Amino acid sequence: MIETEQLTKKYGDLVAIQNLSFKVEEGRIWGLLGPNAAGKTTTMRILTGYLPATSGRASVAGFDVFEQAEAVKQSIGYLPETVPLYPEMTVESYLGFVAEIKKVPAARKKAAVDRAVQIAGLQSVRKRLIRNISRGYKQRTGIAQALIHNPRVVILDEPTIGLDPAQIKEIRDLIKSLKGEHTVMLSTHILAEVKEVCDGVVIINEGKLMASGSLEELARSFSQNDGVYLKLDRADGEVLNLFRQLPGLKEAALEGAEIRLEWPWGQDLRTQVLKFCLDRKLEIKEMRSLAMNIEELYLRIVSGGMEQ
Amino acid sequence: MSAIWSITKKELVSYFTSPIAYIVIAIFILLSGFFFYSLVWWFNTQAMQMAQNPYYFQQVNINQMVFAPLFHNLSIILLLMLPVVSMRLFSEEKKMGTEELLFTSPVSVIQIILGKYLASLVVLLAMLVLSAIPTIFTFIHGNPEPAPYLLGYLGLFLLGAAFLALGLFWSALTENQIVSAVLTFGTLLLFWVLSWAAYSARGLWQDVLNYLSFFEHFDGMTKGILDTSDLVYYLSFAFFGLFLTHSVIQFRRWR
Repeated sequence: MIETEQLTKKYGDLVAIQNLSFKVEEGRIWGLLGPNAAGKTTTMRILTGYLPATSGRASVAGFDVFEQAEAVKQSIGYLPETVPLYPEMTVESYLGFVAEIKKVPAARKKAAVDRAVQIAGLQSVRKRLIRNISRGYKQRTGIAQALIHNPRVVILDEPTIGLDPAQIKEIRDLIKSLKGEHTVMLSTHILAEVKEVCDGVVIINEGKLMASGSLEELARSFSQNDGVYLKLDRADGEVLNLFRQLPGLKEAALEGAEIRLEWPWGQDLRTQVLKFCLDRKLEIKEMRSLAMNIEELYLRIVSGGMEQ
Repeated sequence: MSAIWSITKKELVSYFTSPIAYIVIAIFILLSGFFFYSLVWWFNTQAMQMAQNPYYFQQVNINQMVFAPLFHNLSIILLLMLPVVSMRLFSEEKKMGTEELLFTSPVSVIQIILGKYLASLVVLLAMLVLSAIPTIFTFIHGNPEPAPYLLGYLGLFLLGAAFLALGLFWSALTENQIVSAVLTFGTLLLFWVLSWAAYSARGLWQDVLNYLSFFEHFDGMTKGILDTSDLVYYLSFAFFGLFLTHSVIQFRRWR
């Protein structure tokens, strides 16, 4: 649905992004992840046709971003980093204006505005001036604006920046509800957001692609085995030897107060481990997944780079 | 076409929900009313004196004595005030980040420019029409010639349209509204001053400078003469302004 090939953008001598190639499948929510000034906004601006690329190709919804700009713009809903609002308009008249410039037929305009108001939860403020509504509602209005013409692709640049925790949760739920019907690409540097909302990520740093794929794929490419960390009422060689009898287990090791158990990807021995402990009257204090969490993944990718 | 109209409507909402349009229109009406009143008053005293001499009385002409100077005064007021009307057109979008919405919509840059320009012309039209209301009384209580009167207003409109196109160009270059207004104002003054320079110039230079000056082309119209070269001058000036605006926007995005 979104595809780029060797995409490069230079501002004079400054290279903003370099040879970016990635792919986002239809109906998925994909995160564009990277530290500040990594080139996230530039990438999104190129995809939406706001900026031309210096070289390379990009296509959205099957249309070439450079050759078929108008068709691309018609299929994209875009929330830029600065929410593009006209403070002197009401929420409703603003959405009406966006519907007009997004070429929603006049007969369907009212229905489109109603639908966007509904999805973004703006019913209580629809008649109010944008200058008078809260930051959270402004952000929602920005998202409503991006969805007004029911686009196939939605691109959101830092959709939760500057919101309070409750608002962040609301916006994330809103984004999750778009899954399936829309292909969503959102940029962020908040890792929890990726973990909660996204199916996969494109990680860039200093304009270069560091990794891309689904979260599981990335986790797999970093460690050979799946497994758990186990915290029991006791941890010693005796317990370890007990675990080594468990069928399917590849490795059992002591790590501080915890026991690390590993098995090959694709198997899930967690139930067996639980049962095993219960049978032997081992008291479980804590069990957590061995798979690298997104924070570790991100730090390793951004600092070290990775063969992909 | 509907896209242009959508942009125009949005711009008009912005103009008339902020105080700018009201203040500009009100001050324009006030000043034009003052000039009109004092010119009519002066005309009355002159006419009264001239009435004692049949030869001079032949030459009393309300068009020449009231409207021609009124139109010249109004043209200068337009020069001073229209930069305020045009200053926000693109600067504001840039500053607020809303240009990203406009330029990622399936609307062409030309449509955006025309929509904005049209909205500023509506404000200009409102200024002229509302300020013209008191002058209608001269038709009720006297008999001015309609042609120089109407052509004078047409000339003011064309002049203003050229000013606004130039202002649109400057507003596309900066995100600061004040800078945009000052640059527009400065350029307009320069064109005004060209006619003074023309006095001291000789030969071809004089013709060129006179041709470029805004107000040379305006003179004929206040006398009731419609010369196509004057029309062409204003229209091509406006077109050139819009063309430059388009080039600036494209250049900024494509560099």
